[in-house]
Amino acid sequence: MQIIIIGAGVIGSAIARELSRYKIDIKLIEKEPDVADGTSKANSGIIHAGYNADANTLKGSMNVKSNPIYDQLCEDLKVPFKRNGSLVVGFKDEDLKKLKAKKANGEKNGIKGLEILNREELLSKEPNINKNAKYALYAPSAGIISPYELTIGYADNAVRNGVEVLLNTKVKDLIIEGEKVKGVVTNRGKFKADLVINSAGLYSDKIAKMAGDNFEITPRKGEYHLFDKIHGDLVSNTLFPMPTEKSKGILVLPTVHGNLLIGPNANTIDDKDDFSTTSDGMEEVFKGAKKLVPDVPQNGIITSFSGLRASLSSNDFHIDFSDNKKALINLVGIQSPGLSSAPAIADKVTEMVNHYFKVNNKKLKIKDNFIETNPSYPHYHRYEEENEVEKWQQIVEKNEDYGEVICRCEHVSKGEIIDAIHRPIPAKTVDAIKRRTRASSGRCQAGFCGPRILNILSNQLDIDPLEVTKKGKGSKILKAKSKELILKDIKEENNVGDSK
Amino acid sequence: MKEYNMIVIGAGPAGIAAAIEANKNGLKDILIVERDEYIGGILPQCIHNGFGLEYFGQELTGPEYAYEFIKELKETNIEVLTETMVLDVDKNKVITALNKKDGVIRVKGKTIVLAMGCRERTRENIQIPGDRPSGILSAGTAQRYTNIEGYMPGEKVVILGSGDIGLIMARRMRLEGADVKAVLEIMPFSSGLVRNKVQCLDDFDIPLKLQHTITRIEGKERLKRVQVAQVDKDFNVIKGSEEWVECDTLLLSVGLIPENELTKAMDLDLHPVTGGTFVNENRETNIEGVYAAGNVLHVHDLVDWVSEEAEIAGKAAADYINDKLTKRNTTIKITPDKNVTYSVPQKIEYEFGDKNFIKIFMRVTKPMEDVKVNFNYKDENIVSYSKKIVMPGEMVTANLPTALIEDHMDEIKVSIVKKVGESNGKK
Repeated sequence: MQIIIIGAGVIGSAIARELSRYKIDIKLIEKEPDVADGTSKANSGIIHAGYNADANTLKGSMNVKSNPIYDQLCEDLKVPFKRNGSLVVGFKDEDLKKLKAKKANGEKNGIKGLEILNREELLSKEPNINKNAKYALYAPSAGIISPYELTIGYADNAVRNGVEVLLNTKVKDLIIEGEKVKGVVTNRGKFKADLVINSAGLYSDKIAKMAGDNFEITPRKGEYHLFDKIHGDLVSNTLFPMPTEKSKGILVLPTVHGNLLIGPNANTIDDKDDFSTTSDGMEEVFKGAKKLVPDVPQNGIITSFSGLRASLSSNDFHIDFSDNKKALINLVGIQSPGLSSAPAIADKVTEMVNHYFKVNNKKLKIKDNFIETNPSYPHYHRYEEENEVEKWQQIVEKNEDYGEVICRCEHVSKGEIIDAIHRPIPAKTVDAIKRRTRASSGRCQAGFCGPRILNILSNQLDIDPLEVTKKGKGSKILKAKSKELILKDIKEENNVGDSK
Repeated sequence: MKEYNMIVIGAGPAGIAAAIEANKNGLKDILIVERDEYIGGILPQCIHNGFGLEYFGQELTGPEYAYEFIKELKETNIEVLTETMVLDVDKNKVITALNKKDGVIRVKGKTIVLAMGCRERTRENIQIPGDRPSGILSAGTAQRYTNIEGYMPGEKVVILGSGDIGLIMARRMRLEGADVKAVLEIMPFSSGLVRNKVQCLDDFDIPLKLQHTITRIEGKERLKRVQVAQVDKDFNVIKGSEEWVECDTLLLSVGLIPENELTKAMDLDLHPVTGGTFVNENRETNIEGVYAAGNVLHVHDLVDWVSEEAEIAGKAAADYINDKLTKRNTTIKITPDKNVTYSVPQKIEYEFGDKNFIKIFMRVTKPMEDVKVNFNYKDENIVSYSKKIVMPGEMVTANLPTALIEDHMDEIKVSIVKKVGESNGKK
């Protein structure tokens, strides 16, 4: 049996991994040069407790089911995850009622440990919070995660379990025979399948349309500022303002890597590839964050970025078989809390797939050699965090590349970068290396390690340095060899080399 | 744990000069730790001339300047560990470093000289909105690609910031055949040396657009164009002045930041303006026996001053180990006053010994002509020096004669004021 999954974001990768427990030929198809290159690369990185949505909605049930899974999942996939807790902060007396309603909803959803905090309790948890804050809803089970590392973890594991991942592969059309979807047409040829799963995120409406299903995904941009680790302990919980109709508001939170993150705002845009930041947006994020934490620093920004939510007007996830054609499952409108819901969504889709084949008299068989866990790659910064730097010695003794520090800001060795290049989903661009190792994600933003990473990529992939890219085709880092440009100019001026 | 008399972090011009000077003053067991595979710091990639006029009295290129010191270093028994990254320094002066050969290295220094240099400010530091394509890099990184790696990072170049590296790279890219469209500077004056402005821009007809900045970056994969706009005196964009400039490369030369993160665990007092540590006249930090010199202390425009400053630190460290130093009864604060952005050192803590003067390095807030550099104790002038021209991009130095410093003086203010029309408190 053959299954094609379109889109290697966190949802597609999670589905691929869960389905790889069965004896199925799975292809995970992604148009970008790396997995997690759309919505999954740039978001708040929160695993929500699950008190927001009604448990009767898909959003609500998926989030609530997923949250407890994360500890074991992240241990298996070797993805950094931390339950840091979250606080929804109220500034007005009437906010108390809303917070209590949220708490009641959360409890109805089965979430444990929810508490309403008064001002003193809140200040003792978060001394840097705005002193005008009055109440907060505390959810100890909320967590922080690196969304792209989770996606990579899922996808790597899927590959270990036999999934074929096709990067730089864009689905142009579905192959439809009669009532049935039979595969996909891509820029790299046609691929047949017994079942196609559309988890194309921002483009899931376009894929659905190919089968005649009508959805409209409106990209909603959220901008963020990420700060130097020296500001990482400004807050310890994820701080939310009171939510509005439009969004959960602008947050202040630590990242799982120890940076400080503020954002996002929420602006509907037209272009699904527009990940640019705007001056108004950057300002808005600052203003919003300062309402929660007045001491949010003006300096110390390491990077500003924006992400796109794949939002659907129904405001709930749509996970169902196509209305028009058989053998197609659409996952549309997986916006927040999509990341928090990924494991349960993957389980749900796995059930749907099982059911689908069962009714078609083709029972799926479980593999007996499924590999549950990813191997642990050594990372120097983890040894530093654990105060076990001496133990790194053994690692260097086995392989000297772990003794050569390439990224001075994040303390990443050459060995770690080489590992990333040879992982199941190989890191072939500078950005892909950044997501797996943190090299170049620090305060100098590749000023020091940029040329060094370029050389490692060139050597390991056996390509000319001129071919190394930041994020795939079109984003080459270098233009020419020294003297090439000037010699070309001189030749043109002298009209030499044109003697034919 | 192996203990050295002195551990120097960084084998750039500051580190090498400090080590050599300590050695000259009788100090043995000196270790220099360098992250790169070669020593000399940033100098080997600075293949242009203009180095050494102050220190050697002759014009050298960066590699030549470095070589003069490297030659001398090789005559000594100073130990040098290259390709070794220092990852931590603690309050007990224990250094943790990593390299291929030895793995994790832990060594202790009786004295430590911090000579890690500085890093370049990034696009993110100055928050230019827009896309995040390839083709945006700091001028220093571009210099490394061009001069060390042998590659051109771009063909159609805009440079933001008129710092010296930006000016040097404008010429370098032009010489390599790139089309350098303009150098943009948000301030009303160039922040680099005058000679660099003349030799690198004027001589090559590269326009310097003062009071201009970049307001947006476009290009999803590689940089396609930047939006350039004029600013008013408060740095607000003048509406309607925006224009798009096609380019594939944006080089940033928007300031340098001393690299003090490594020593975070030491709790060194950092100066809010220089970004370096507070130091006394020996370039000693608030931790006894820990010195800082070169761009990690404050950003210099001439390497010559770096060498000179590092020698002060190197000699002081040797004297400290050899017990030749005596603390003064009162500390003298050196405080920047009118038109002075900052001054180094910030205090005088030791007896003068055979020192005839203490050289004060400072930066002026704005370009001025016909000025006096005044050292005052309260309203009383100690000494004044005339200067024809002072610029923010060029370090101002002036000697404070020790003979004129009296015991009761606890603070000396340094100011730079116009000669004519402005009273300087001295008749």
